[in-house]
Amino acid sequence: MQLSDIKEGGSAIIDHVGGSAALRRRIHEMGIIKGSQIYVEKYAPLRDPIELIVKGYHISMRVEEAQQISVKTVD
Amino acid sequence: MQVKQLTIALAGNPNSGKTTIFNILTGTRQKVGNWPGVTVEKKEGTTHKFNRELKIIDLPGTYSLTPFSIEEIVARDFILEECPDVVIDIIDASNLERSLYLATQLREIDCKVMFALNMADMARNRGIKIDGDKLSELLDLPVVFTVGNKNKNIDDLLEKAIELAESDHDIIQHRRVQYNNDTEKSIALLQSFIEDQTRGQLTYNSRWTAIKLIEDDRIVKDRILRQFGAGGEEIISRAETQRKILTGRFNDDPEILMTDERYGFIAGIIKEVHTTSTRQRVDLSRNLDLVLTNRFIGFPIFLFLIWSMFQITFSLGAYPMGWIENGILIFSSLLDSLLPSGILKDLLLDGIIAGVGSVIIFLPNILILFFCIALFEDTGYMSRAAFLMDKIMHLIGLHGKSFIPMLMGFGCSVPAIMATRTLESEKDRILTILITPFMSCSARLPIYIVFAGAFFAEQAGTVIFSIYLAGIVIAIISGRMFRSTLLRGADAPFVMELPPYRVPMVKSLLIHMWDRSKMFLKKMGGIILVGSIIIWTLSSFPADIDYSQDYTANIAGIRAEYDQQLAVESPQQKTILEKERDTVVADLERARKAEKVEKSYMGQIGKVLAPVFAPIGIDWRGGIALLTGFVAKEIVVSTLGVLYATGDNDEPDALGKVLKSSGMTGMGALSMMVFVLLYIPCLATVATIKKETGSSKWMLFSICYSTGLAWALSFLVYHGGRLMGFS
Repeated sequence: MQLSDIKEGGSAIIDHVGGSAALRRRIHEMGIIKGSQIYVEKYAPLRDPIELIVKGYHISMRVEEAQQISVKTVD
Repeated sequence: MQVKQLTIALAGNPNSGKTTIFNILTGTRQKVGNWPGVTVEKKEGTTHKFNRELKIIDLPGTYSLTPFSIEEIVARDFILEECPDVVIDIIDASNLERSLYLATQLREIDCKVMFALNMADMARNRGIKIDGDKLSELLDLPVVFTVGNKNKNIDDLLEKAIELAESDHDIIQHRRVQYNNDTEKSIALLQSFIEDQTRGQLTYNSRWTAIKLIEDDRIVKDRILRQFGAGGEEIISRAETQRKILTGRFNDDPEILMTDERYGFIAGIIKEVHTTSTRQRVDLSRNLDLVLTNRFIGFPIFLFLIWSMFQITFSLGAYPMGWIENGILIFSSLLDSLLPSGILKDLLLDGIIAGVGSVIIFLPNILILFFCIALFEDTGYMSRAAFLMDKIMHLIGLHGKSFIPMLMGFGCSVPAIMATRTLESEKDRILTILITPFMSCSARLPIYIVFAGAFFAEQAGTVIFSIYLAGIVIAIISGRMFRSTLLRGADAPFVMELPPYRVPMVKSLLIHMWDRSKMFLKKMGGIILVGSIIIWTLSSFPADIDYSQDYTANIAGIRAEYDQQLAVESPQQKTILEKERDTVVADLERARKAEKVEKSYMGQIGKVLAPVFAPIGIDWRGGIALLTGFVAKEIVVSTLGVLYATGDNDEPDALGKVLKSSGMTGMGALSMMVFVLLYIPCLATVATIKKETGSSKWMLFSICYSTGLAWALSFLVYHGGRLMGFS
């Protein structure tokens, strides 16, 4: 399952970050790493980008970027 | 006694309150410039405290020190090359975990680091408790809690920084990230190999260098190659071998693995020093954001805020603009009466004061606009604007933040281009700068009004609207084109923090506003001054023109004729006759002025260039007007007025009528408008482009591209229109 599949208000655990080297590295540096919990706060009015909460702060990324991140759902 | 000098660098994440602390430390004694070779803003200032002279450098806000963006390279290079006496890492206390990532990287470089846990009050309000002593002990560095916007503990921070700078406290390297055994083994192997190869010649810490090489850091690789030649190549190939071994073992790139391990190290620290009380207070910022970026009302609110910014800038700015205009008028009439007539006086009045004055009157607009932008930035709304607009801007290959500068371009390109400073990626910035002039600025509107009004009477509104629309479309097409050619690839990841909304500090707002406006005054002032002198010289020389008639004698003759008649007429007839006489004299004066411009160097250039403008349906007069428009677009209309000898006080459509009777066609008028929309932006804009891109190359490119495009499209419009049967 990809991060972009999680609905507004849903949570997930990061499993693997894919994409270009630069993107992967940037996402990792911002604390989005394997095992961290992520909450989908909202989608922008035009359905792109997404606002997420991770490690207690808010971050936004494009849907195409979120598609590169595979996640596991939390129960 | 010699005062001791110390250099303190401020590092930290964006939105950590770093700039606020910098402003408090240095006040107005700060110098804003660019880092050499790049367009990243460099801020430094000095302060005298505790009997020391402290030089404070505000490094660009970064999340990391990998050479991922120019900001990060600049920050890292400064620490590596300039070796500041101490680096203060400013940390947003409510965001400790992510902030410590940069801290772990700073720790790996050989430098004295300390922490300022900033916005400590906000963290406390959010129920976050940090054990500062423990943190200090775990990482072996001084920790000070600060509240930047309330000026709390700032002196304490400086005192600790000075203490650290002057201590001979060795930089202890064991309180650092320990990677897994395999990685540590690779690092150790490479480190000892580097030490053998470089024999003490390496300026950087050898462990740090080894780590960076295993992380495949291109800048460190380049430096090693440049400094050690063949030996360097051997180091690089050893590093490659270690990289391969690690990649094979963990089935992932070592740099990703090491990032994870740094976060693992951080998680350990967080567990020991960080507690969050379960009592979660209402998160005001989050609730506010639910409204401001709401699916339905987010956009209307955004549009309203932007509209208000424009309203305030241009309507409120109109008052001081009027005062300055009057001030300039009074000043120049004062000079007019004081100075003896002559070339110097003409140069001063018609050249310098008129030219510089025409730009200075924009100062109020610029001050207000920059105040609004500082407000958007400091409250945190700017990143929401980017969040809202990103989808649309991404279609042009741009970041959401590019929207604001482009929109401002409709007002004036100068502040718009200066506003691109809010963009983080240099390529985004240059791209935005290149296409912003196509947003039709307010100075071009009077030109459209004259031409559209005269030639497209009923459809004038539609025509003007289409011109604006054409500008937007051309900006989009150009943007996409540049993105896939000149400025390829670097469509930087959008990944962007949305910081909590904050109440801005007035002092910070004013400093921001003043910094940018000062730059406008200084740089623009110089270039506009030179430009105005050149244009004035070209249009007022040669001084002794061979007029087609002796205007002075003719005017005197006419006056004498009328005087004779006036002497015998009744009082009633007298007023009519006097009016008639004044009109005839004024006509002659205007004819003389027109001929003067026509025969000046400027006119001669216009005539030489006439063959260039002829294919696009513009005659030599239009050509001259366009040339003078380089100083400021407003001048195009007044030059046309001079050349076609219409008076300043005639009814507004007089110029239009004359244009129509001069043989210009509708298609010619349209071609003129298209040309005005696209051709070389005004002098002030060109100067700003040079300043903001940091290179004459981009400035020249912008000039050639826009003017070439203007000519080509005008040609298409003119001939295309005629082929389709319009005239």
